[in-house]
Amino acid sequence: MTRPAPVADSPFDAAIIGGGVIGCALARRFTLEGARVVLIERAADVLDGASKGNSAILHTGFDAPPGSLELACVQAGYREYLDIHESLNLPLIRSGAMVIAWTEDEATALPDLIAQARENGVDDVEPLTVAGVRALEAGLGPGVRAAFRVPGEYLVDPWSAPHAYLRQAVENGARLMTSAALLSAEYDGAAWHLDTARGPVRARFAINAAGNFGDLVDEILHGRRDFTLRPRKGQFVVYDKAAARLAGHILLPVPSKITKGIVVCRTAFGNLIVGPTAEDQDDRARAELVPETLAALMRRGEEILPGLKGMEVTATYAGLRPATEFKDYQIRAHDGRAAITVGGIRSTGLSSALGTARHVWGLAQGMGLAGRPVAAPVVPRMPALTDEGTRDWQCPGNGGIVCHCEMVTRREIEAALSGPIPAQTLAGLKRRTRVTMGRCQGFYCSAELARITAGRLAVPMTGDADIGSETGGGHADD
Amino acid sequence: MTDLRPLCDLAIIGAGPAGLSAAVAARAAGAGHVVVLEREAEPGGIPRHCGHSPYGMREFRRVMGGRAYAARLAAEARAAGAEIHCETSVIAIHPGGRLLVSTPKGAMEIGARRVLLATGCRETSRAARLIGGEKPGGILNTGALQGLVYLQGITPFRRPLIVGSELVAFSALLTCRHAGMRPVGMAAPEARPLARWPAGLLPRLMGVPFWGRTRIAAIHGHDRVTGVTLEGPDGPRDLACDGVILSGRFRPENALALTGHLEIDPATRGPVVDSDGRCSDPAYFAAGNALRGVETAGWCWAEGRRIGVAIAADLARGLPSPTLTVAAEGALAYALPARIRPGSDGLPDLQLRAARPLRGRLTLTLDGTEILSRTISARPERRITLPLSILPAGASGRLVVRLEEGG
Ligand SMILES: Cc1cc2nc3c(=O)[nH]c(=O)nc-3n(C[C@H](O)[C@H](O)[C@H](O)COP(=O)(O)OP(=O)(O)OC[C@H]3O[C@@H](n4cnc5c(N)ncnc54)[C@H](O)[C@@H]3O)c2cc1C
Ligand SMILES: Cc1cc2nc3c(=O)[nH]c(=O)nc-3n(C[C@H](O)[C@H](O)[C@H](O)COP(=O)(O)OP(=O)(O)OC[C@H]3O[C@@H](n4cnc5c(N)ncnc54)[C@H](O)[C@@H]3O)c2cc1C
Repeated sequence: MTRPAPVADSPFDAAIIGGGVIGCALARRFTLEGARVVLIERAADVLDGASKGNSAILHTGFDAPPGSLELACVQAGYREYLDIHESLNLPLIRSGAMVIAWTEDEATALPDLIAQARENGVDDVEPLTVAGVRALEAGLGPGVRAAFRVPGEYLVDPWSAPHAYLRQAVENGARLMTSAALLSAEYDGAAWHLDTARGPVRARFAINAAGNFGDLVDEILHGRRDFTLRPRKGQFVVYDKAAARLAGHILLPVPSKITKGIVVCRTAFGNLIVGPTAEDQDDRARAELVPETLAALMRRGEEILPGLKGMEVTATYAGLRPATEFKDYQIRAHDGRAAITVGGIRSTGLSSALGTARHVWGLAQGMGLAGRPVAAPVVPRMPALTDEGTRDWQCPGNGGIVCHCEMVTRREIEAALSGPIPAQTLAGLKRRTRVTMGRCQGFYCSAELARITAGRLAVPMTGDADIGSETGGGHADD
Repeated sequence: MTDLRPLCDLAIIGAGPAGLSAAVAARAAGAGHVVVLEREAEPGGIPRHCGHSPYGMREFRRVMGGRAYAARLAAEARAAGAEIHCETSVIAIHPGGRLLVSTPKGAMEIGARRVLLATGCRETSRAARLIGGEKPGGILNTGALQGLVYLQGITPFRRPLIVGSELVAFSALLTCRHAGMRPVGMAAPEARPLARWPAGLLPRLMGVPFWGRTRIAAIHGHDRVTGVTLEGPDGPRDLACDGVILSGRFRPENALALTGHLEIDPATRGPVVDSDGRCSDPAYFAAGNALRGVETAGWCWAEGRRIGVAIAADLARGLPSPTLTVAAEGALAYALPARIRPGSDGLPDLQLRAARPLRGRLTLTLDGTEILSRTISARPERRITLPLSILPAGASGRLVVRLEEGG
């Protein structure tokens, strides 16, 4: 494995701390605007924090607080995603969403929600009669009182998108450092001296995009915090692909004050998910699955879509929303310190990332960060992982299928292990290729994957793997 | 290797014991151009990576290791004139025997007059068991563990916990011993190991504690497993370990049937078949553990052979339709096949499993008339069989098989 040498030499224009979807989008925007960027990520691979597990909905902002910064960033992010997804070969499932009232109380809340959507500029929302709901979604369980449709809510691939942003940054000159936690920092009035687990880094600007650690990174940078993180966990159940035919739209509940509620929707990869929960916790890193909660999610899912009964569960996961005591995003320029905090991107960061990055670039410009935009930027084409595009298994020279459930080929795995932002962990390889994310969860392909990845990951697949030691291989037979 | 041709008489999906024995039998019975499509690089199915198990007793009247057994099955199929195509994945099945296939050269569609699903079974994943906690590396099914140890020579951990007490859990134990791993213990919801003597004695012989009435509540660790929380008769407790082996709770590898057009039996999770092994689309048949989890390799081999003969007969002159439908009632988890043609040479028995351990009465009634009644002591992990030969020739109607506690 090759590791980049510690970056001690030339100072960067901007050091972005945190390789979540926000950090990746920042790296792209700053790079395209002509800044020399380094992205510093604590984990062995990017997308290891909040961005590793979300609902993968590209939000219109119909239910965001009117006039909020969140709304502005979500809508700008939404527009830019629609503009660039084809050139980057990123999927977009134009499913639309339906907000469904299951009780009288919820039904009385709908007119206000529709008014709010229109106020937010989402003026194609459509009220539906119960018969209209049934005509569109025949699989829904009994008890629908009223609903409206939000045609512009879409589904995306939550990992290919940030990977594409980061890859475009790197291919246009940005530098990625993983396993490089920010440990301490000093601002000398002209530049930041950042001490990372991979050595010192010098940069004119420091951008904090540390997700659930945003307040702690602010303390490292500035010796103070303006908000406190309290992660909000969301657990999910992923059903077998056979379940995806049960729902066309993203099925949203009427949000309460506390949570957006349990969503049922397809994924870009053709599964169906039920979740997330909203559970506040102190731990910033551990997103534990709780069997009783998963079972409750399944029961709720079966009420919404009775056809889910008896469907097989393919996966379970949990993510941590970077929630603070404030409802809105916490994006702050630190005057005189050439630093910007991009914090509290709680539950819409996947949608807003591109817009948030534009907003932050604007702030940085205002603080004197100038650049000459890259004239003809490299535009990477991401591998097609959904059935929207031609999959590699359909093409000659693919090297054969390794992961049979998700039909991931040897060539795809090799590409993800090399390339400009190579996978560093099995989780990173999964996010780049979908290996082991299907029905069997690695029953059939783990052995072959361990062989292919041996010596090539920062965190090996198998503990103290003894490749080819005398315990194995040769003498299994009589 | 010759290229896969676009048309064949019989396409067998899966080169495990069931698929390979079906290939031999079908060829011998005159099935014509028979191809076996296998997605792995080598034929043989699960036995390829079972290093230690006694295979071959039923088939070759000698005890063989899994790999030698797999190689022998493949050699016999080739000798019988079947073409085996490895690295050939069937991606989707369509009505009438049209198959979408992927090879390293890309995708193609082929047509077969008959198709046999012999895709085997697998163990239930961590996710489908809804096990709590984090998602570190080092959580494996026995099948994956055996692949690592016997095919790749990789020792994934040193001190794993084994979950489950079916026969395959003891396979896992032997695999650990072979690779020099020392399991910290075996945990299972059952009070005593489900596997019969002498396997049940193994943990004690190997100095591995067996914890009955115990479930795994949570797995801990970020990159690698660091421990688990177990919940047993004495409440929850934490246990350090560096891996978790999730064994058993088999289910058919039914992806093709599930996403295709075939009727699925929710009880077995395999395709619905009649006593000739024929599915709801008569161009399709199924045999081996694709029908249900789990029987031994020998059983699957025998099943494949019989269904291979039935398919050859169907190709030559067509098979009559089944005349009996089967319903499983009471404490039965499932009954297989779901439709019967009395006098067929396919599946010889009605295969039953109890949903829970019990002593009770098993009855078989045909349109209300009792054909058989006997007291049995049943356990979910043991198959119960009733020979179909007891059915009157030419019988038709509705067969009800019922297991009732007590009696
Ligand atoms: C359950 C759930 C459902 C969601 N659904 C949706 C949805 O449908 N649509 C949508 O748009 N959004 C959704 N979101 C929100 C979205 O996932 C988040 O807003 C987004 O992931 C936040 O990204 P981030 O980059 O701010 O944080 P993160 O992804 O957490 O990135 C921060 C990174 O900083 C790193 N870091 C921390 N400390 C340091 C340090 N000292 N040095 C270096 N690096 C450090 C971390 O390792 C991490 O990788 C959902 C979120 C959750 C949890
Ligand atoms: C971990 C494990 C350990 C076991 N240990 C024992 C034991 O010790 N003794 C014993 O008697 N039995 C054991 N069994 C039971 C085992 O299932 C049977 O031994 C036997 O292998 C079943 O034969 P089969 O032909 O039905 O399926 P398999 O042997 O599973 O063969 C199915 C084949 O189909 C292929 N296939 C599946 N889908 C496709 C597709 N879409 N396209 C192309 N090819 C496909 C697979 O790659 C596989 O090679 C074990 C099972 C498991 C899972």
